[in-house]
Parts: sequence; C-alpha cells; structure tokens
Amino acid sequence: MKRIDHAEAASEFIAAKEHQEFHDRRLWDLRLKRDREAHGIPEWEELRELASRIKEHTLSHLADYLEEFEARARENGATVHWARDATEHNQIVLDILSARGSKTLVKSKSMLTEECDMRSFLERRGIEVIETDLGERIQQLDDEPPSHIVVPAVHKLRDDVSAVFARTIGAERGNNDIHYLAETQRRTTRPYFLRAEAGMTGANFAVAETGSFVVCTNEGNADLSANVPKLHIASIGIEKIIPRTEHLGVFIRLLSRSALGSPITQYTSHFRAPRAGGELHIILVDNGRSERLGMRDFWYSLKCIRCGACMNTCPVYRRSGGLSYGATYSGPIGVIIDPAFNIRKYSNLPFASTLNGSCTNVCPVKINIHEQIYKWRQVIAERNQLPFVKKEMMRIAGKVLADPRLYRAAISAAGLAIEHLPRFAIYNWLNAWGRQREIPKAPGQTFRSWYLENRKPS
Amino acid sequence: MSSREIILAAVRANHPLPAPALPDVPLFERGAAPLLAQFRETLERMGGKSIEAKQGENLDALICSLFPQAQVISSAAAEVKGTRGLNGTRDPADLADVDVGVARAAFGVAETGSLWLSETELQINSLAFLAQHFVALLDPRAIVPNLHHAYRDSRFATARYAVLVTGPSATADIEGVLIHGAQGVRSLTVVLV
Repeated sequence: MKRIDHAEAASEFIAAKEHQEFHDRRLWDLRLKRDREAHGIPEWEELRELASRIKEHTLSHLADYLEEFEARARENGATVHWARDATEHNQIVLDILSARGSKTLVKSKSMLTEECDMRSFLERRGIEVIETDLGERIQQLDDEPPSHIVVPAVHKLRDDVSAVFARTIGAERGNNDIHYLAETQRRTTRPYFLRAEAGMTGANFAVAETGSFVVCTNEGNADLSANVPKLHIASIGIEKIIPRTEHLGVFIRLLSRSALGSPITQYTSHFRAPRAGGELHIILVDNGRSERLGMRDFWYSLKCIRCGACMNTCPVYRRSGGLSYGATYSGPIGVIIDPAFNIRKYSNLPFASTLNGSCTNVCPVKINIHEQIYKWRQVIAERNQLPFVKKEMMRIAGKVLADPRLYRAAISAAGLAIEHLPRFAIYNWLNAWGRQREIPKAPGQTFRSWYLENRKPS
Repeated sequence: MSSREIILAAVRANHPLPAPALPDVPLFERGAAPLLAQFRETLERMGGKSIEAKQGENLDALICSLFPQAQVISSAAAEVKGTRGLNGTRDPADLADVDVGVARAAFGVAETGSLWLSETELQINSLAFLAQHFVALLDPRAIVPNLHHAYRDSRFATARYAVLVTGPSATADIEGVLIHGAQGVRSLTVVLV
C-alpha cells in the first residue's frame, strides 16, 4: 500500500490561497468560540478530569461494560450484533437490509461507517444510501470523504457547493446563496426520509446500565433517520461505552462546547428501545479497537469523543486541510489513530505536527495527543518506516547535534550558506523547510561567540 | 468462536492496568440562580424563542396568532386542540404536511435552554422533526439547573426515546453561515404555561 505523502497533498491545498485562508480562519473561530464557552464554566477543568477518569475506568473494564450494555439492550427489545472488522460490519448491515427487502437507507453522520467504507459497499450491492447531514451530503455528492469529523465540508467555499449541487441535485447553476443551497438540500433530501425503509445512525455514547445510546446533531437528521423509517440500525464502536446515565452529564456538557463552542447540540437524542411497531438493530464494532486497547502508549486515544477541538486548534491541520491526511481521521487525533490501522501507509502523518501541545490542552477527555505523536515517531523510526530522505537527514542531524564541535561548525556554516548559497541549493525538494517559506536571515553572530566575547571574568 | 466471543476475549486480554476507580459526579450546584431567566436567555442564543402565556389564555388562539399561515396544526398536548388530531396517524411519515407541531415538554434545563421530550410527550416522535415549526409548552416551575440534574431523572431509564431539544434544526456547514431549518423544524417556540 502506498505511503500517504501529507506534505505533497497539502501543497495543493495551500496553493488555493482563498480556500486555505478561509479554512484557517473558520477553524480558528471555532477554537475561540470553544474558549469562550469553556471559560464560562467554573468547573471546566474538573469536568475534563472527570471525563478522562470515567473513560479510563470504562476502558479498563470494557468487556464487562459491553456485556452489561448488550444484556440491557436485548431486554429492551433491540437486536445486538458484533462485528470484528469493517467487512463483517458491512455484511451485517447488508444482511439486515436484504432480509427485509430494504433498498433505501437514510443515514446521519457516522465516522465509523466512513472507517468501514460502508457506503460504497452497499451501493455496489444495489442499496441506495443517502447521507442527510448537509456537510456529509455535499461530500457524498462530490465523491469525497469528509475532511473534518464535525464539519465535513469545511474545506469548501460556497461556489464549490453551488457547483456540486448544480451538477448533482438540480440546483440553479451559478446561484451561490448559502440559504438557497441549504434549502435545496432540504427539499431534495426530505422525500428520502419519507420513503426510506431503513434509517441509520452512529452513536456518540452508549450507556451500559440502560442499554441505550446517544446521538448528537444540530440538524435533527439523526432523529428523522431513526424516527421515520420502520427500521433503525445503529453502528457503535466498542469504545463508546460509558457506565451510567449520570455520566452523560459530564460528556454532553463538554462535547458541543469543545466542538463548536455552543452549550449543547440542538438535538441530543437517547435511543433505548425500538418504538412501537419498529425494529432496532445495534452493531458493536471492534475494527482494531481491542488491539489498540493493548498498546501501552496508545490506548488513551480510545478515550476520544470525536469533538474535533484538536483539529480546530492545530496549525498544521488548519493550513493543510483534512483531505491531505489521506485517511478517515485527520488532524492530531488522526495522526495518532491512523498509524494503528496501518503503520506503513500512515507513517508520514505523525510528522505533520509541530508538537506544540495545543491539541492536548483543548482535549475534553485529556488525551496526551502531542506526546503520542512523539511516541509514534519513535515507533516508526524503530520499525524502519521513515522515508529515505528524512532518515538520512535525521541520521546526520543526530550526529551533528550530539557533538558540540560539529554543531558549532555546522551553525557558522549554515549562516554563511543561507546568505551565500544560490536559491536552488536551499529551496529544493530535499529541504522540506524551504518549501512554502523563506528561510529567515540568520543573525551575524552566534550566541556562543557573543557569549565568549561578553562574559565577565568571574 | 463467535465474533462476540472473539471481541470480548481480545478486549478482556488487553484491559489496561492499573484500572482507575469510577469517580462520583457532583451536581455542581450554584446556589439559587434565576433558572427561568437563564433558560430563556440560553434558548434564545440557540435560536429558540420563548413567550409567556397569560393566565387562562386560549392556547389554540395564541398558536394561530403566531403562525397565521398554518394550515395543519397537530398537537400531542392536551391543552391544545390544533386542526388535526394525532390519533389517526398510522405512519410517522404521515406528519410530513404538518405546519406546526405542538407538545408539552416534561421539563427544561436552564444551563443549556433544553427541553426534555419522549414518546410519551410526543405521541409520534416525528412530530418534533417533520413539522415545519415546533411549539413546546413548558411549566416555568419545571426547570432544573443543569445537565447533571437532568440526567438524574429516572425517565431516562424507561423512555424508549428521549430527546433534549434545544432550538430549531440548524446547520453552519457552508462557510459557517447559520441556517435554521436544515432538515427538521424551522423554528422552535416555547410557551411558558
């Protein structure tokens, strides 16, 4: 499998100046809104600590809580399925639909079904799948994966959406009015809600003591998907379990504040049992999670509640766009999840970070994201998964940095080099730091030579 | 071995150690805050409206005056008759032509401006989503301070479906521009009565 070249993919995004600047601004605005909400709650830090401890406790007893959840869900009248991986998950969904002759599936946003690449699997087998979240629908119609886990089409501007809708759902060509575009999607999606035989949701949380699960949306599209068709299928990653209903207070208070800077999503929906005359199927999906649970340094990423705060704050993500990561999960959280799925394919991603730690500071469940990024770099280097140029540069840098004499010689040579070398020697493909920036002018004197000149004799 | 057994065995073998204890969640009470005022203010921020009904006011007349264009008004609340009852509804999709849906919320949450509704209050769950507009009646005395209080309510354990409704359907998926009525209701009005 080909290694994802994040820097190369990002250069395309960076070249579209208007898009790149808007993307950066919009996500930073979400970060500022998040800060305002967080600062408005005196117990914010206490909530983060509680959320982290509840998750760590649950993950340390996960098998027991999964059994409890399953038993309660069955008592409630739901059918519970277990899927080891994406293939098994997709097959279960297909079997449920086929057994009932269902041909149309309306669904709300679910990163898990993206992870399983479920849509294309079902479509190839004659099932019509309709994404109903506006951003996710835009991405479906444009045949692109979501670029952000909360705002899937954040990398697109109104003209892009207008062009996609004109091409696919009969919107007026050239009309880029945002109200018109949203209304067009509403008008064309509604008939599917009314005639689909089956609806699908993911889950933000699953509660062991009641066997219920919670879905948070702003559009109300999960409620439409689950409450209009007869059949409701919910795909749930096994790490979504929390022990009790009262714990939802902690997580719901944190989730939308961290994600979008609003106190709560417009709809926080709790599904416990099928409605009268309806059917509820729950699929509990592993897909690499149980394995990750056993990774001593990396199991903490299973605490993630998918708020996207780490993406919004990340300077690399904001400037490179989610699609450049070439994976289901992008941004800092993607950087620490993706290599667990495929270390070779995603071995470049942990280098898409400045290790500034901002992601860790905004994470509502206190995942040590930047430390995990650093640890992944070590694992990738140890497993010999570094690309040749980076490896050679690192080998040389390691030698130079370990030897004061070599280091001093290199520093004075570097100052001279930047001033005197022709441009092609600095701004070339070997030097990633020279690609989208001018190398700053070095001061004429190094700190060491200044210190030797100025230090007072003691 | 079934997938269930394989997954549970793999999870059990990989449980991280040492296992931390499950912490207690406090209620984070903040003294005697004016709950109604906080509820109304947050609801408005989330795009909802609230109005106070006068003593003994005819609620059908009030709703008609709020939505003079409405053809079909369906109510799950005993206090509002509407123009079409819900008893004849066979399929949730039958409510697609409802202009205004009405129900009484079980309680409100001051911190977030949310309303608690379940299949008991809605009769047909799709009423709060397929209608163009949604009106919720709320007893101003039935407001809890925050989500911790809300999640201590025992009805979460018995309702098949329970939803915290906070403002109308909304999206900001195109350039961050806020749109009300993305998929579900275009407006939410809370009548305090």
